[in-house]
Amino acid sequence: MAQEKTSQTDQNLNRGTGATGAPRGPHAHGGPRGARGPRPKIENPGRLLKRVLGYTFKDYAIFWIVVMVCIVTTVLATLQGTLFMKTLIDDYIVPLLGRQNPDFGPLAGAIGRVACFYGLGVLASFTQSRLMIYVTQGTMRNLRNDLFEKMEELPIRYFDTHAHGDIMSIYTNDIDTMRQMVSQSVPQLASSAISVLSTLVSMLVLDVPLTLVTLFMVAVMILAVRKVGSLSGRFFLAQQRDLGQLNGCIEETMTGQKVVKVFCHEEESLKQFNELNDRLCDSAYRANKFGNIMGPINAQLGNLSYVVCAVAGGMLAITGISGLSLGDLAAFLTLNKSFIMPINQITMQFNSIIMALAGAERIFRLMDETPEVDEGYVELVNAERNERQEIVESGKRTGLWAWKHYHKGSDTVTYTELKGDVVFDHVDFGYTDEKMILHDIQLFAQPGQKIAFVGSTGAGKTTITNLINRFYSIQDGKIRYDGINVNKIKLDHLRRSLGIVLQDTHLFTGTVMENIRYGKLDATEEEVMQAARLANADGFIRRLPEGYNTMLHGDGANLSQGQRQLLAIARAAIADPPVLILDEATSSIDTRTERIVQDGMDKLMKGRTTFVIAHRLSTVRNSDCIMVLEQGRIIERGTHDQLLMEKGKYYQLYTGLQA
Amino acid sequence: MLKTLGTHIRGYVKESVLTPVFMIGEVIMEMIIPLLMASIINNGVEAGNMRHIYLIGSLMVAVALVGLAFGIGGGVFGARASTGFARNLRKAMYERIQTFSFSNIDKFSTAGLVTRLTTDVTNIQNAYQMILRMCMRAPVSLVCAMVMSFYISPRLASVYLVAVLLLGCVLGLIVAGAMKYFSQAFPKYDALNESVQENVSAIRVVKAYVREDYEKEKFKKASDGIYRIFCKAEGIVAWNGPVMNLTVYSCIILISWIGARLIVQGSLETGDLMALLTYCMTILMNLMMLSMIFVMITMSAASARRISEVLNEKPDLANPEEPVMEVAHGGIVFDHVSFRYKKDADAPVLKNINLEIRAGETIGIIGGTGSAKSTLVNLISRLYDVSEGRLMVGGVDVRDYDMEALRNQVAVVLQNNVLFSGTILENLRWGDLEASEEACVHACRLACADEFIQRMPEGYHTYIEQGGTNVSGGQKQRLCIARALLKKPKILILDDSTSAVDTATDARIRSAFAQEIPGTTKLIIAQRISSVEHADRIIVMHEGEIDGFGTHEQLLASNEIYRDVYESQTNGSGDFDEGVGENAGGKGGM
Repeated sequence: MAQEKTSQTDQNLNRGTGATGAPRGPHAHGGPRGARGPRPKIENPGRLLKRVLGYTFKDYAIFWIVVMVCIVTTVLATLQGTLFMKTLIDDYIVPLLGRQNPDFGPLAGAIGRVACFYGLGVLASFTQSRLMIYVTQGTMRNLRNDLFEKMEELPIRYFDTHAHGDIMSIYTNDIDTMRQMVSQSVPQLASSAISVLSTLVSMLVLDVPLTLVTLFMVAVMILAVRKVGSLSGRFFLAQQRDLGQLNGCIEETMTGQKVVKVFCHEEESLKQFNELNDRLCDSAYRANKFGNIMGPINAQLGNLSYVVCAVAGGMLAITGISGLSLGDLAAFLTLNKSFIMPINQITMQFNSIIMALAGAERIFRLMDETPEVDEGYVELVNAERNERQEIVESGKRTGLWAWKHYHKGSDTVTYTELKGDVVFDHVDFGYTDEKMILHDIQLFAQPGQKIAFVGSTGAGKTTITNLINRFYSIQDGKIRYDGINVNKIKLDHLRRSLGIVLQDTHLFTGTVMENIRYGKLDATEEEVMQAARLANADGFIRRLPEGYNTMLHGDGANLSQGQRQLLAIARAAIADPPVLILDEATSSIDTRTERIVQDGMDKLMKGRTTFVIAHRLSTVRNSDCIMVLEQGRIIERGTHDQLLMEKGKYYQLYTGLQA
Repeated sequence: MLKTLGTHIRGYVKESVLTPVFMIGEVIMEMIIPLLMASIINNGVEAGNMRHIYLIGSLMVAVALVGLAFGIGGGVFGARASTGFARNLRKAMYERIQTFSFSNIDKFSTAGLVTRLTTDVTNIQNAYQMILRMCMRAPVSLVCAMVMSFYISPRLASVYLVAVLLLGCVLGLIVAGAMKYFSQAFPKYDALNESVQENVSAIRVVKAYVREDYEKEKFKKASDGIYRIFCKAEGIVAWNGPVMNLTVYSCIILISWIGARLIVQGSLETGDLMALLTYCMTILMNLMMLSMIFVMITMSAASARRISEVLNEKPDLANPEEPVMEVAHGGIVFDHVSFRYKKDADAPVLKNINLEIRAGETIGIIGGTGSAKSTLVNLISRLYDVSEGRLMVGGVDVRDYDMEALRNQVAVVLQNNVLFSGTILENLRWGDLEASEEACVHACRLACADEFIQRMPEGYHTYIEQGGTNVSGGQKQRLCIARALLKKPKILILDDSTSAVDTATDARIRSAFAQEIPGTTKLIIAQRISSVEHADRIIVMHEGEIDGFGTHEQLLASNEIYRDVYESQTNGSGDFDEGVGENAGGKGGM
């Protein structure tokens, strides 16, 4: 009994760890509104369990084998201790009774032997708990690393279609339940199973009918556990659902807390919260109630089984039908007790294994996702010109870049200078095959040109730029970069040649310096400052409490939106890419600052291709070509002056007149 | 801290008291059962006495049933008390957060508040249930077993006493040692999760810069750090089991040896020796459990601290004793106002602002990134308190108003505006809970929102997703303006609220304001000159100070910054924006 409670304590204890303060930021990209709904049933739990075990066995096979040996040793040491108790009195103490000069020699010898076994047991349990630490923590580390590595390989589409809160919870909740299973449930199950088996054998040897009685009682116990367990499982699901809903509600109001204040809407939001809070309290109560009463029910059923065995055995022994002696019965009853206890422990592990498997399912689902497709083979290399003005590969950073193109057929390598020539040839694209977002996009950007996209939200401006760097792959048509189909270019080489300042600015935890350096990891401090000056960020950075060494937290929450955009521009500038994509990069920067930034950018981008998305006229006016998009089609194209002459959509937008 | 949390048990005191009581009951029954079992064997089975077996057997069933009742009672009340406690905590925190001022909110991040309300409370709930169910149980059964042992043989029982003391010391050392590492480990764990979170939300940046390997390396390093520190911490905890085993085994051997001698001497019965050995397990197991509980409490202490931080946070804005409930008019006076976000900050964000705005005036505010435009207007509805000087609305210092009365008359459309999940009508009624549908439509007409709402399939009953993801930026802004208009405020503040609205619509909204709410003082922060040039007067902000204040013409003539901005934006004032092709609507591909 006491042991069983300890294992329960263990579980609770572990629930307390891991979960502390996992930051669950409000995820900007929608997803199902916080509520995660009831979890689907686990399919094929057997295979999943095998996979989990296989995962930890993979790297820690020897550890596991030693651990299993240790478990057996510990069980045996305890068992021989129990056996010794029985013989202690009859074989060693009783013979000494009434002697004048009792000889304690045999007793001392027996105790010495037992002590040796016990010593072995202690050693085994020490080894086991030591090794289990490395197995558990190591497995968790490998899981985390594998998950993260896998996650980094996944296409953008995965992040579009999965709520960020859900991805986060794989790293926190799911890994934690797995840890419990590996560190506790598995060894516990092993040792319980060994105890059950050895006891069952001894019981069968002693008396078959009584064993059947005991097994019958065990069946009743398991039935009760399943009944209560499925009830509690149902309420745990309900609790999970209500917790999800409450989370969603909290996340929403906390994000809009300032609006709540401005509108004095405190009472109203409290009302909604209270309702959900009460509902959660109710379902949590039910779930915990059934979870809690499982222990006592099992324990008392165990006691009942004892009584039933005693009565049945007593009748058998006294009537002498089956040849069961009274001594045997006494021994059997002790065995009954040690049979029920490990079974209780196994049933107590059930819930946590089910929970862990549900987590494991999500973990492996992420691991099984298909990574980004990259069949490219064209590489981007540093290059220089030899005496004959031919482009050859260079080991140094020369400032001249070339595409290294290997031709399989002729086994030759050609080099094409990286210029920034981008061509869209009849490109169709949709996020799903059913609904096309872009239709028949034709686009020619010559090196050094500035191409602007204008149009309403949802017209497909950002989508076009996301196709150049292959965040998404197109359904039809071709995109060529310096005459090479982008699908043939190695993904990382392609992206390295493109600088992007995204619509939503994201900064990382770290200093300002580190954040700018993200664009070029080996940049010197001087280079960082130069990039910051170019983006006109130097001024405000210097005014920060610790200048370039100021730590940024939580996506740069301590900076204004405009300041964050300036940092993002500096980050792109330092990467010094041949092609630059600016997606509403200056939307939160005032026009005066923007002009300064723009001047710097224009200098930087001289001779390079730039794609600009903006709704601010001043940003796009001096473009070489302006594309007006509507509903996924380019409806007008030309220079600012040409488009004004056409008096079409651009003209309307520009003059602010409705046609 | 304990006191802060403790007060929230109220309403569940009965359950909190009954749970340990029931648990004690269960323990006592548990103590009786081994005695009965022994009796069945000794006096029933071995004596071949069936009647005794029946008698004691049925007694045991009865005791088991009572024990079951106690156990179930403890389980049920424990669940009730802990979940109720958690509910109270969440509610108390939520209520407290509702009283927070903007600067209180700034102090805790949104993510931080969400974690405190959810994960931390769950941790406390589990710990509390554990404490209620185990904290009394373990010591009581320990004491019971101890008393029984002493009753049987004081001499042998003293072996336990020594063992308990020794084991207690060792366990204490283990817990203390492990806690040191655990407390180091948790912040690291948080940091790791944060890095995952960042990678998930900024995956485009990572991929655009081809930093996958860099991030993997960074993650691996952090992950290894956690591995090492948890190995250290658990390495200490791992001593628990072996030490425990060692003590139990030593006790058994010692008791067997000494017991045997005592029996031979005739001062101990054989049955007593068996009983003593049974109690040995109980005593040491319970001690073990106490150490577990202790570790658990210390671990949840971090959560408890974070929760009480919220509960103890004093809202730094309070209603005055005798608040003014009426805002007389929409006039605003800044009288030598300075402001800093933190009391100990060196440079003030706003420096010595003096302004006088008449009721009904339209004021444009323009200035560079970070020039404190938003800060200036946030002071008006007392979202922050001024650090020096005073600010008067309707001739009364804002600190003398009832905050709700003031904010109902000063409507602000914030820069980071938020719509809530619910229908458009529900969102609009944030401005006025009792507003009729006609009033809502009217407000939307003023804000030029009616045109696109009408085109939506379900019109005003269209459901807005969380965060307003199914309306475009420009639509969102117009809805927010309409929502503010429904308050029928005396002062209306638009903080860059038409940045995503096209110029033509922007102009129409402004002219609607001029015609329909001429009495309302309007403050408009904008990046676009066209949004402010027709205002009665324009404030030019520069690095926390007022650089110029006057009409468009005056500023054009006298203010360098203004002229500069103006020139950069002339030659066609249009912006390309969301206004066009609205019917395309919806969230676009990103």
